[in-house]
Amino acid sequence: MDDALTTVLLLLDSTIRVATPLVLAAFAGLYSERAGVVDIGLEGKMLAGAFFAAATASAMGNPWLGLAAGVAAGVALALLHGFACITHNGNQVVSGMALNILVAGLAPTLAFAWFSQGGQTPLLPGSARLPSIVFPGVDAMAGVPVIGPAYAILFDEVNVLVLLAGAVVTVTGFVLYRTRFGLRLRAVGENPAAVDTAGLPVARLRYQALVVTGVLSGMAGAYLSIAHGAGFVRDMTAGKGYLALAALIFGKWRVGPTLLACLLFAFTDAVQIRLQGVALPVVGVIPVQAIQALPYALTVLLLAGFVGRAVPPKASGQPYVKER
Amino acid sequence: MTAMGRIRAVMMLALGTVAMAASPGPAVSADFVPAVVYDMGGKFDKSFNEAAYRGAERFAHDTGIAYRDFGVTNETQREQGLRTLARRGATVVVAMGFAQAAPLEKVAREFPDTKFCLIDEKLDLPNVRSLTFKEHEGSFLVGILAAMASRTGTVGFVGGMDIPLIRNFLAGYEQGVRHTRPDGAVIVNMAGTTPTAWRDPARGAELAVSQFGRGADVVFAAAGATGLGVLQAAADAGKLGIGVDSNQNHLHPGKVLTSMIKRVDVAVYDCFAAARAGTWTAGHQALGLKEDGVGYAIDEHNRALISPAMEKAVEEARAGIIAGTLTVQPYQP
Repeated sequence: MDDALTTVLLLLDSTIRVATPLVLAAFAGLYSERAGVVDIGLEGKMLAGAFFAAATASAMGNPWLGLAAGVAAGVALALLHGFACITHNGNQVVSGMALNILVAGLAPTLAFAWFSQGGQTPLLPGSARLPSIVFPGVDAMAGVPVIGPAYAILFDEVNVLVLLAGAVVTVTGFVLYRTRFGLRLRAVGENPAAVDTAGLPVARLRYQALVVTGVLSGMAGAYLSIAHGAGFVRDMTAGKGYLALAALIFGKWRVGPTLLACLLFAFTDAVQIRLQGVALPVVGVIPVQAIQALPYALTVLLLAGFVGRAVPPKASGQPYVKER
Repeated sequence: MTAMGRIRAVMMLALGTVAMAASPGPAVSADFVPAVVYDMGGKFDKSFNEAAYRGAERFAHDTGIAYRDFGVTNETQREQGLRTLARRGATVVVAMGFAQAAPLEKVAREFPDTKFCLIDEKLDLPNVRSLTFKEHEGSFLVGILAAMASRTGTVGFVGGMDIPLIRNFLAGYEQGVRHTRPDGAVIVNMAGTTPTAWRDPARGAELAVSQFGRGADVVFAAAGATGLGVLQAAADAGKLGIGVDSNQNHLHPGKVLTSMIKRVDVAVYDCFAAARAGTWTAGHQALGLKEDGVGYAIDEHNRALISPAMEKAVEEARAGIIAGTLTVQPYQP
């Protein structure tokens, strides 16, 4: 009983850690896509965020400056994306993909030039990484059954970015559905012509959405390199940006379902880590390859069977051209 | 002869003199061009490829002969890198990593006069020297150290890509743990089944943390750059990591129990030196403890972690393996 409880709690703890960058990146995508700008460049923005955060934290020894640099890099790339496809009506998928390719090459090149360690940044010491917060009262609660161990495992050390990700979800839920800015943002993704008729600037609204996207994707990258990890390694995002995009589509561009999709991906990943090499009843040990395919198989099943049609914002992917 | 023509003639004469004057001196070194093709991960991965880099640097330092190198950034470049270096007149080319066997097989046939050394895989061609390591022997020794350092009796293993080579590390490690503690448990995780598994430190850290949650307190990382995340997670959690390929003890002093060393640097150096001296031979060599091809690292960063009893046990096992009284089984697929 105790063992089972600990296992479940450890799985949840792992789920939260793995889900954090996905949640940040998926919500980054949520802002831009709800505003009608397809953002396939999440991967690139995350990677740039990871690199500049690690490079700055390594050079200055301060993780908060690192986080700021990561966010700045994300915003800069988001604005570049906006310049290409809002100001100049370029193709949004092409521009996003171009960003991914640009960063995949640029980050290791800059790392090589600045640190001469073959496209990596030096490993960061503890003082140059974003701190974890130790919640009070872990010892005091230790005696309480169920809640005691739960509190100890889930809340003993929580990275500030994990908490920040939680805050982002709450704030986004409020902003998107309860504020004027949110209403306009959603409108500009559904029917920009109507927004324009109401006398609101379509381009400015979309740029605003992209700035938020840049901030969040920069944070997602910083989580990988200066919070969870300790330094930048070439291609360290390893497809997480695309996975976040999948979670966003899976969640039908809505706050709650997107969060759940991210948690589901992270949970299946945690489960597959736990199941590797463990003999299960009846079937015995399952080969690693089969277990590692589990998250993807599950996604396909859920997408095909349970989620139904994912309808994107109507104006997504189309540049807004005012008729003259 | 016009003025212009005269100038040209003088220049050509002058150039010829320079060329002739230049040729006898550095000719020896100009004829001999060593080269390395690193694998994915890059020459500063603090692990496998970096060991080759150190070997090549040492050769360059000892002999004053410059070497050429090529860093592979995606899988399709291996063949391109090997062919480019061979075509540009490299005398001897070191190909790092098991994945270069297939491209090397093609290129080695195209350039029969160029000597190739393949590290970590066997290839039967008249101009290829294959060098593999008995990873299981070195891993056996660090398995002994892990089992003795562990308080819980449970130790972890994080592999990179799930391939027989990495399973060989695991096989030796498990035997080493059981040799010391027959009831000891080894928790095993592989980071993935694609080359991405070599460079995903976030995933490595997550795997290590998951193993700590299940009771492991020493974890052996045989996973390239992914292993950096494993060692980081061990240092963060106050547990012990074990490095691989290069001596990684310095990465987190006092938090890395030891490193399973593969003397890739020696293999690269020897390959260059033999080719230069003319004693180079093709064929396959498996380097184990006896040949000093594998081992474990003790230095000022982990001295305090290794007790005299641990050192005694591991040295006894080492002597036993070399003498043949103790056998370590390699991985059997």
